[in-house]
Amino acid sequence: MRRETRLWLFGVAGAALAGLMGWAIAGLPSFGDFQGEYGRILNSVAEPERHVWNVVSAVTFDYRGLDTLGEELMLFAAVMGVALLLREARDEGERPEDAVRSDMIGAVGLGLVGPAVVVGLYVIAHGYLTAGGGFQGGVATASGLVLLYAAGRYSSYRAASPRALIDFAEGTGAGVYAAVGVAALVVGAAFLENVLGLGTTGTLAAGGTISLLNAATGLEVTAAVVLICHEFLEEVM
Amino acid sequence: MSYLPYALALWLFLVGLYGVVTSRHLVHLVVCLGVMQSSTYVLLLAIGYRTGKKAPIFASSVPRQVGAVDPVVQALTLTDVVVSVVVTALILALVIEIWKRSGQVDPDTLRREEA
Repeated sequence: MRRETRLWLFGVAGAALAGLMGWAIAGLPSFGDFQGEYGRILNSVAEPERHVWNVVSAVTFDYRGLDTLGEELMLFAAVMGVALLLREARDEGERPEDAVRSDMIGAVGLGLVGPAVVVGLYVIAHGYLTAGGGFQGGVATASGLVLLYAAGRYSSYRAASPRALIDFAEGTGAGVYAAVGVAALVVGAAFLENVLGLGTTGTLAAGGTISLLNAATGLEVTAAVVLICHEFLEEVM
Repeated sequence: MSYLPYALALWLFLVGLYGVVTSRHLVHLVVCLGVMQSSTYVLLLAIGYRTGKKAPIFASSVPRQVGAVDPVVQALTLTDVVVSVVVTALILALVIEIWKRSGQVDPDTLRREEA
């Protein structure tokens, strides 16, 4: 298709789409005036029913836990796809010299690796108490490890995250999530039903299976981000 | 009555789509796809917003009677962001493979080479 034809087609289709979407938007409740019952009910029952404060985490890992399982598997499949496409037998020995030359960047950056990883783990651990959770904390933890490359050198990043360990963590994260769901079936409950003791609200030992699923997600997301960075950096290293 | 956030989502979607349609570089195309995807975050979060309400996190110090915005759309947005990130990585991996095999990153030239 010629460029002009394509632009012309986009003009017509885009205008039609904009018209239809504008019409749909006109039927939405005014901004700030949402009346969805489901969210309102969850906001009032999540704390007494599940002993957690962060309702978004309760939705993600409990009330709609099955959706998150689908999302975990999607994440797993996409990361496996990246590995399948990019991973190949490479010469591990010869790499370009990539050490950061600025002492200042090296000192500050490498000094931040520890704190960044700790903050990431903190965000994962407190996911059902404060804003955070496995997904957000996983990315934060992984970015702490990637700092090893950004402020140091690639070989230290690889040494800190061996491929075998990352692959294992990636599979375990997804596996544990599904296993928690199946475990509920074994004790006679519904798939992914929250069957564990709920603990005291406001402590890390609250939420029953929410805490387990949250940790499994944190592990999987950390491994996924580290693995994606591995595979893309391998392309140039 | 305000519809501005919804209109913003619509604009982001269309401007991203325009970028995808006219793109001359596959990496640029993936970025435009990201812009399109971000329209869904804006739309979801805008729909669930309630004026004057707090975040749906009820720590002990937060007064319960104020109420909170809708937690369901926030959980959906979380899913949306995560899937978007890993799918972007997957598409970029495909771009690298395309470049390795054909030496091309312009979608137009790529099509001509195949023919």
